[in-house]
Amino acid sequence: MKKLSARRRHPLAAVVVLLLALAATGGLYTAFAPADKAQADTSAQSLAIDEGKKLYAVGCASCHGTGGEGSTDGPSLVGVGAAAVDFQVGTGRMPAQQPGAQVPKKKVIYSQAEIDQLAAFVASLGAGPNVPTEEQYNPEGADIAEGGELFRTNCAQCHNFTGKGGALTNGKYAPTLEDVDPKHIYEAMQTGPQNMPSFPDTTLTEKNKKDIIAYLDAVNSDDSESPGGLELGGLGPVSEGLFGWIFGLGGLIAVAVWVAARTAKAKKS
Amino acid sequence: MSSQDIPEENLPAERAADEHAHAHGDVSVAANEKDPFADPGLPPHEHRIQDIDERAAKRSERTVALLFTLSMLATVGFIASFVTIPADRIVYIFPLGHISGLNFALGMTLGLALFCIGAGAVHWARTLMSDEEMADERHAIAAEPEVKAKVLADFKQGAKESALGRRKLIRNTMFGALTLFPLSGIVLLRDLGPLPEDKLRHTLWSKGKLLVNMNTDEPLRPSDVAVGSLTFAKPEGLEEHDHDFQTEIAKAALMIVRLQPENIKDKQELEWSHEGIVAYSKICTHVGCPISLYEQQTHHVLCPCHQSTFDLSDGARVIFGPAGHALPQLRIGVNDEGYLEAHGDFEEPVGPAFWERG
Amino acid sequence: MSTTTTPNPSGAGAPGRSREKAPAGERVADWADGRLGIYSLAKANMRKIFPDHWSFMLGEICLYSFLIIILTGVYLTLFFHPSMNEIEYHGSYVPLQGQLMSEAFASTVDISFDVRGGLLIRQIHHWAAIVFLAGMFVHMMRVFFTGAFRKPREVNWLFGFLLFVLGMFTGFTGYSLPDDLLSGTGVRFTQGAILSMPIVGTYISMFLFGGEFPGGDFVARFYSIHILLLPGIMLGLVVGHLILVFYHKHTQFAGPGKTNKNVVGMPLLPVYMAKAGGFFFLVFGFIAMLAAVASINPIWVLGPYRPDQVSTGAQPDWYMGFAEGLIRAMPGWEINIWGHTLVLGVLIPLVIFGVFLALIALYPFIESWVTGDKREHHILDRPRNAPTRTAFGVAWVTAYMIMLIGGGNDIVATHFHLSINTVTWFVRIGFFLGPVLAFIATKRICLGLQRRDRDKVLHGRESGIIKRLPHGEFVEVHEPLSQEAMHTLTAHEQYQPAEIGPTVDENGVERKVKGPQKLRAKLSTAYFGEDGQIPKPTAEEYKEITSGHGHH
Repeated sequence: MKKLSARRRHPLAAVVVLLLALAATGGLYTAFAPADKAQADTSAQSLAIDEGKKLYAVGCASCHGTGGEGSTDGPSLVGVGAAAVDFQVGTGRMPAQQPGAQVPKKKVIYSQAEIDQLAAFVASLGAGPNVPTEEQYNPEGADIAEGGELFRTNCAQCHNFTGKGGALTNGKYAPTLEDVDPKHIYEAMQTGPQNMPSFPDTTLTEKNKKDIIAYLDAVNSDDSESPGGLELGGLGPVSEGLFGWIFGLGGLIAVAVWVAARTAKAKKS
Repeated sequence: MSSQDIPEENLPAERAADEHAHAHGDVSVAANEKDPFADPGLPPHEHRIQDIDERAAKRSERTVALLFTLSMLATVGFIASFVTIPADRIVYIFPLGHISGLNFALGMTLGLALFCIGAGAVHWARTLMSDEEMADERHAIAAEPEVKAKVLADFKQGAKESALGRRKLIRNTMFGALTLFPLSGIVLLRDLGPLPEDKLRHTLWSKGKLLVNMNTDEPLRPSDVAVGSLTFAKPEGLEEHDHDFQTEIAKAALMIVRLQPENIKDKQELEWSHEGIVAYSKICTHVGCPISLYEQQTHHVLCPCHQSTFDLSDGARVIFGPAGHALPQLRIGVNDEGYLEAHGDFEEPVGPAFWERG
Repeated sequence: MSTTTTPNPSGAGAPGRSREKAPAGERVADWADGRLGIYSLAKANMRKIFPDHWSFMLGEICLYSFLIIILTGVYLTLFFHPSMNEIEYHGSYVPLQGQLMSEAFASTVDISFDVRGGLLIRQIHHWAAIVFLAGMFVHMMRVFFTGAFRKPREVNWLFGFLLFVLGMFTGFTGYSLPDDLLSGTGVRFTQGAILSMPIVGTYISMFLFGGEFPGGDFVARFYSIHILLLPGIMLGLVVGHLILVFYHKHTQFAGPGKTNKNVVGMPLLPVYMAKAGGFFFLVFGFIAMLAAVASINPIWVLGPYRPDQVSTGAQPDWYMGFAEGLIRAMPGWEINIWGHTLVLGVLIPLVIFGVFLALIALYPFIESWVTGDKREHHILDRPRNAPTRTAFGVAWVTAYMIMLIGGGNDIVATHFHLSINTVTWFVRIGFFLGPVLAFIATKRICLGLQRRDRDKVLHGRESGIIKRLPHGEFVEVHEPLSQEAMHTLTAHEQYQPAEIGPTVDENGVERKVKGPQKLRAKLSTAYFGEDGQIPKPTAEEYKEITSGHGHH
């Protein structure tokens, strides 16, 4: 089976290093911030926090409150951590466009640098999960089979066998996991966005998460194998039944029409 | 329900035209004038181009032969594919995706080989065999009255000679014997399985059993379980390699979530929880699917099989779908070492309801 | 096709003299005739006439896919291990490496990846099963809507119906054999459904599964049911079905030269031998190509069954979708009384499932009771000419389809961006409302089509040519129909509604009218009264109009 493709490694590497630094310093900041404000002002991370605060005031504060305390339109962001921000904004879910059963994935409108600044600001509001390092979510060398079992225990009930997504109550849904960045998958497990429950490291270890990402990479990516042929959406018997009716029986009926039709007569006209 | 009450005139009359419609197009002008809708009989046969033009017929012949030849080639292709393509070769074929080369090659060659035989035969039948329509007479299915009378008489004779009606003792004992002997067959089925007894009422959970994390195989501590998280647990001592793992986990599987204690609406649920950590059976009370589509904001849990929805913040009562009763809750607490433990077995049977459940 | 068995009765009449001269084929035929009587058999059947119509080949699609299923099924038994022993997987599929699974699952993965051509045969087997059931459904509908189930074919209708039902269960047991996560969930449902049966449910469950679910027995037991018991019965029914088709001779549509007492078409030898024989290869080839391009039931990504795991989108194969829909749409009713539980939420759908299927199975007997018609029918109805029957059939299919949607409500919800609860409510209401609307609409459409046929016969076909009359009026020229067309459009029979008759007999004594009789008269009026059919044109009407002044 296919291992992690090289694309995982290069384009984000620089960003990730930056993120790592930011997340670490953000975490440190939350621990020590109130102690000495004046000194922090000069450091890069507080600069990021300030930038993030400005972005936050424009894009987020109307729903989540000016201090991230939350309102009727949006939950409190105190303690959600940088990982939650990186996931929500990095997949375009935030800022939300309109109220509905669920906020969908959209085009990302912030640059990664801006997302990092936002994340740094939100992380400064209260301790929460940091943005994972590439080391953490890189599926290289992980146990795909173990990941499969973990996926079926923890994830498949909502996201389907191979992560094609599925329905939840009242219009909510578990989205498809196709082409989702491993970092975002990791962050989703860590933070539990929207109605998804979280799977913190205490119950689903870092290695577990890595295995799950490796499994998804093997069965649900652009070049995943489908030895049998057309995958038919990977939805199971519903799409198989439709295909069987329309193309299977439909094709055979077309053949039957040919078999039973009378051959054209040699009409003199 | 007899049909005697229906006067015959309610049934439409057999069409008069039927009588003179057997032969081909021999409807007389007189009949035509009488009934404008009369059956004109089979239309005269018209020739196909292949019937009158030998060159067209030759073309058809060549097409049929070509199809049969294609089939032979495809079979050769099938054998060649079987021998040369490794079973694990994955090829990219648009728009099918990354598929097994062997499966595709074998399927297409086999399909072609068969399809061409069929297409050849049908083309042969359609273009070269006679296409003159023929009529076959139908005959009544029911027997003639004489035949029926003979059969009934024979039967009476046979029945009389057997003396079955007269010698009642033979008849009754024979029926008795024939009725009883299938019982042996039913009795033989007894050992298909054990009696239910109270098997469906108990699970592996008992007082003091630790809640072991399904993912890590480690016992859980309250601090491991965050608010909004979802964890699955099994009873301490149950291992995947155990012989009866499947049967035991089918009843003992546990779903653990943590709520803010003030969000728990049900009094008993709160009592049976530990610091907001609640443990519910993972097995749906409808027909037993592992229910676990947990929405952490609404605290609803949905079954993927038939969409029964339970409210985990309110005693897991059913709020939608076909399940008939709430998910059973496991009473939990912590032991001396700070691990989560069960305070006993489930107090009601887990999984689907059954007649004796009560 | 075979020319070696050409019969030659004169040769058979004098075997001693012609033995040397007769060709080898004839000698073999003589040998067989002396022991099996094949000449008499061939005399009745060799040139048997079959009518040509594509819809008459639907049954053949079923027959051939059934044969394909048997052929491929036998191949699969050579490699499949019907055992639930847990083993660790060490085959060639990496994402399952080292996983615990039953031998049944492991051997199915091996068939897919390590047996060359195994995947193809598995996929042909499964696709053929999907097509088999779909074909039977459409075939059954063809027979229903054309009234081909009427006397003398009621028994064959029941044979066909039984084949459909047994096909569903054979399919279901086969789907369960690989012991994968999807089918295991289906088996779990079955066990839950069995438990819901009052009094005996718990016992049947214990006996079927050899104890508690899942136990270690059900794959082996389903295996013998799937490969032996059910297909054996089905094979017998298929043979019976075919014998009856031969014996009754095929039905045909009305048309010139086609009467209730003949059958018009092509002879079995050679035309149908080539067409039907060829069609077998066409069906087989087509399904093989389907299996080459489209994946079905990729159990390797579904994973081995574990009773504590599940995936969303857990559906059975399509033919169980109707039952699945009923189960999903049902509210969760449960009655606890005297220490016992009545699981109506599961029991009622199961009962409806049976009753709903029985409804269509018994329809021929209901209709023949209403019409009181005891004659043989070999000319097919056009669906429009039996509006009430057609409307009933469409209503039945509508309810069936709505429940199919219900069975896939989660997929419908995600793919049409709907709420699953809304879809479920739509199905709940639609199951009752849909058939009623479909019944009314269908009946009206049928009556409209009947009126159009009537106009066509009486006034001719609209030619599209507009003519201006001398006094300035514009009229459309109607072309009279050919006699063939007029005959075809008026060949159907129309019943008169049954009347109860006077309630007082000729002596003035009151006659008792029983309930069933009243019901029957009512039904008969609904079927054949003024609102039930448009009287077909009579010769008198036609003559009056054609002898009149013109066409408008």
